[in-house]
Amino acid sequence: MDTAADPHGGPPPRDAAKPDRAVVRDSLGVGVAVGLSGFAFGVTSVGAGLDLLQTCALSLLVFTGASQFALVGALAAGGNPFTAAAGAFFLGTRNAFYGLRLSQLLALPRAVRPFGAHWVIDETAAVALAQPTRRAARIGFTVTGLTLYVLWNLTTLIGALGAEAIGDTDAWGLDAAGPAVFLALLAPMLRSTTERAVAALAVVLGLGSLPVLPAGVPVLVAALAAPAVLWLSGRGEARR
Amino acid sequence: MNGTAVWIAVGLTAVGCYLLKLGGLLVPAHTLERPLVRRLAALLPVALLAALTAQQTFSADGALVVDARGAGLAAAALALLLRAPFLVVVASAVVVTAAVRALGG
Repeated sequence: MDTAADPHGGPPPRDAAKPDRAVVRDSLGVGVAVGLSGFAFGVTSVGAGLDLLQTCALSLLVFTGASQFALVGALAAGGNPFTAAAGAFFLGTRNAFYGLRLSQLLALPRAVRPFGAHWVIDETAAVALAQPTRRAARIGFTVTGLTLYVLWNLTTLIGALGAEAIGDTDAWGLDAAGPAVFLALLAPMLRSTTERAVAALAVVLGLGSLPVLPAGVPVLVAALAAPAVLWLSGRGEARR
Repeated sequence: MNGTAVWIAVGLTAVGCYLLKLGGLLVPAHTLERPLVRRLAALLPVALLAALTAQQTFSADGALVVDARGAGLAAAALALLLRAPFLVVVASAVVVTAAVRALGG
């Protein structure tokens, strides 16, 4: 690790430090749990009519679960390749905002960024942002990213190969893994009233617009909850 | 399904999603010094994760649906309140959803 690049200078205070082993353990927990859900993606993708190569290419090259699920869902629903890709792209916009926060936190060297960028997803961002120090954040990002990338692609392949053998994946409850993962990532972020208000408004906007807007768009509408709550709380403070 | 059309969709998605990830990392640091951008960047993931959780639990084919996944999510929430490890949280959602379906729910 390039500690010389740390603008805070020197090691962090002892009480703020988190043992490397604890960071690795947390990262492996997220990486393994989420990585295994590539199985569900492989099954879903082949079930939606994509072939083995297309399914594996998505996990290798797109590597952002929600976008991958959105793409195969849209293709299965009969969407054309451009609108299907647009929905997946819009779902991926949140990764740009994770990158926005991670670039400062991780302070990656410029040469490493094009490679590190591929691992900027919900889970690596959540693990890295939850760490108390830059060293812990870098370890968390790297271990989560590596574990998740290897397992996600391996289980995508196994899932795609076994899609016919397993039959009805919903009967196994595998479709509940996605939302449970999102909830587990969200829970630690709900620290203050502002965060909770944003989450509540996002649920209302997302579910409310779901029946009337095309696939992929309701999530973007729900994202408006963030600026809306920020604007409202700003007005509240100005009045005081 | 048309193979070429699928490959076009796969290619566009791969390039688009990668550029989004890279773009976030390459934005100049001074952009982040504005408090509003900072607050917004912190709150957007909250909004998106909350919406994704709700939609993946309560939707099917573009319609609102309450089914076994709701029970699975409740189990996951309970596991989170009990400070269970990540794997246990996800496993409890999968197991409860499968169990409710097996019981005809």
